[in-house]
Amino acid sequence: MSTGSQNLESLIQRNYTAGFVTDIEQETFPPGLDEAMIQRLSAIKEEPGFMRDWRLAAFRGWQRMKEPHWSIARYDPIDYQGFSYYASPKSRPAAGALEDIDPKLLETYEKLGIPLHERAALAGVAVDAVFDSVSVATTFRETLARAGVVFCPISEAIRDYPELVRAYLGSVVPPGDNFFAALNSAVFTDGSFVYIPKGVRCPLELSTYFRINAAKTGQFERTLIIADEGASVSYLEGCTAPMRDENQLHAAVVELVALKDAEIRYATVQNWYPGNERGEGGIYNFVTKRGECRGDRSHISWVQVETGSAITWKYPSCVLRGNDSVGEFYSIAVARNYQQADTGTKMIHLGRRTRSTILSKGISAGHGHNAYRGLVRMGPAAQTARNYTQCDSLLIGSDARADTFPVIEVENASAHAEHEATTSKISADQLFYCRQRGLTEEEATGLIVNGFCRDVLLKLPLEFAVEAQKLLSVTLEGAVG
Amino acid sequence: MNLLEIRNLHVSVEDRPVLQGIDLAVPAGEMHVIMGPNGSGKSTLVQTLAGSEAYTVREGQVLFAGEDLLALKTEERAQRGLFLAFQYPVEIPGLGNALFLRTIVNAIRKTRGLPEWDALDFLSRSRSALEQMDMKPELLERSVNQGFSGGEKKRNEILQMRLLEPRLALLDETDSGLDIDALRTVARGIESMRDSQRSFLLVTHYQRMLDHLRPDRIHVLIQGRIVQSGDADLARMLEKRGYDWLLREQRA
Repeated sequence: MSTGSQNLESLIQRNYTAGFVTDIEQETFPPGLDEAMIQRLSAIKEEPGFMRDWRLAAFRGWQRMKEPHWSIARYDPIDYQGFSYYASPKSRPAAGALEDIDPKLLETYEKLGIPLHERAALAGVAVDAVFDSVSVATTFRETLARAGVVFCPISEAIRDYPELVRAYLGSVVPPGDNFFAALNSAVFTDGSFVYIPKGVRCPLELSTYFRINAAKTGQFERTLIIADEGASVSYLEGCTAPMRDENQLHAAVVELVALKDAEIRYATVQNWYPGNERGEGGIYNFVTKRGECRGDRSHISWVQVETGSAITWKYPSCVLRGNDSVGEFYSIAVARNYQQADTGTKMIHLGRRTRSTILSKGISAGHGHNAYRGLVRMGPAAQTARNYTQCDSLLIGSDARADTFPVIEVENASAHAEHEATTSKISADQLFYCRQRGLTEEEATGLIVNGFCRDVLLKLPLEFAVEAQKLLSVTLEGAVG
Repeated sequence: MNLLEIRNLHVSVEDRPVLQGIDLAVPAGEMHVIMGPNGSGKSTLVQTLAGSEAYTVREGQVLFAGEDLLALKTEERAQRGLFLAFQYPVEIPGLGNALFLRTIVNAIRKTRGLPEWDALDFLSRSRSALEQMDMKPELLERSVNQGFSGGEKKRNEILQMRLLEPRLALLDETDSGLDIDALRTVARGIESMRDSQRSFLLVTHYQRMLDHLRPDRIHVLIQGRIVQSGDADLARMLEKRGYDWLLREQRA
């Protein structure tokens, strides 16, 4: 290997710091997807009968559906039989027993900056750590329990709170919603479950950290968050995976339900392995995220920083059913090398005086391709509903690409929708100007990008905003020139 | 001692020779002025010194404080204390001017081993610099140079020079596009920066800013060569007589 390519290798290594593999014994299903596998999955998880039947119905529906290809993403057909649908560390402790957890797992999360020991943990943040197909630890459960908050792996919730799960699971994203949601409904393995009782303001920030470790494994997580009347919660998810040459599949579903006067803030820092500089490997990230403002004056806010994945297909949306309910979507999406990001949101205004804000910042570098895809719909009953959309694209280099596909449908004459969009480019002149002032090319790019993303970064919880800022500059290292 | 020493510098743009053997020395603490007709290579000279990649050095040597300037990257030149006030300052949409200024000041301070300015240091220092430059405080809140008038852009350059405190300032037609009051403010801003160590190299077409400054040396650049050097009187003569007589002497 020449020195030149070694340097390149080390640069890529540095760019993706979460790319290591944890060497741990795992119990893994052989590749393949059929009803018998789903039965076995349901049995391993000791699920009640209703859950198994729900999965099987979803699977039968999925078999009749076609993989969607309307997004900008171009990729070879996915071999769904080629993945393993379940991988779990063998030394899995009883849920919650942190002292029994395999030290290798603790070390993995430590390396990723997520200490699981409560003493060392981030102040004020409870963490659910999901490793491949299972949740391996959930911190601060007792503190939360005292407030009446339920925060646990969803597989546990299915056993312990079947009535809640039954009432809400699939009520925002039905199993037949789309191809990937159907697949997820059939084979989802773990994820987080949150229930905030009436009038409770969750005393801690909740967060789930998803880690894909095993090779040739799909991760299908399912998250369900319910904020009862007058409740509020702030939730953050983070995602990483090792660097592998083959593509891995991640198809998640997240459902949020906000009842009367409830508020849910959901933030994502998505840093799945994006593939190398030749476009090889990386995670296929096909995600359905939707929240329903079911009660009057409820509020759901999505914030996302999407820097990873080879393909991102993701539209965190809000159904504004309650009168005076509010939906928000704040997004930063980065596509570099050969990454393809097709992301945006849907704001469905059903109730009266509902309001929504969309702020999208797309950054394309290298051969990256970024698309904003959005729908704002004002239903017939949405009296004086309002939407404001701002959609900005930043191009770095001459091979990058950005598209926007906004759709606005208004069925109520008193409703109001505004859309603003800009496209700009980091030019050689701008870089020369910054470098003449003493900044390196990387520092200059980082500064310009951070300026571009500032409005969205301000929406993240403080400690995560700092992380996100670092992640952005690391992600774009060497993106210019 | 010479802070800047240019020896036999040849520079071309896209294979077209522009500078054809420049020799120039600027001692520490002096202000030198480059004048000359359009297209004679004045901007090429300062852009090359700053490290612009649009220009190719064919031959020659440049020493900055005894160091081989041409071997340094653009940002390293800036970190060593070379500053260019651009003729056309670039706009950077979305990047707040205050954040930009604080970042560049701290980048330079860090390389000089000086403590970085926190938000409060920056606020107080930039405020007084703004006042001296007769600039509206809201220019700090806007994106870098975006929507600035021509005069505001030029003042923003001098503001940066004041905050960065360079050893050598290259000023590329900083006086063009300024009204009389703005010209006086900018000239005052430059004059107040002069001391026994700091040097200046000004590019200008006009005598009028030189009335406010006291340049040590005037050089006339014609067709890529310095054809005449003299004291401040030379600039006044050029203002009166133009460049034709020098061109004729060239041909003779």
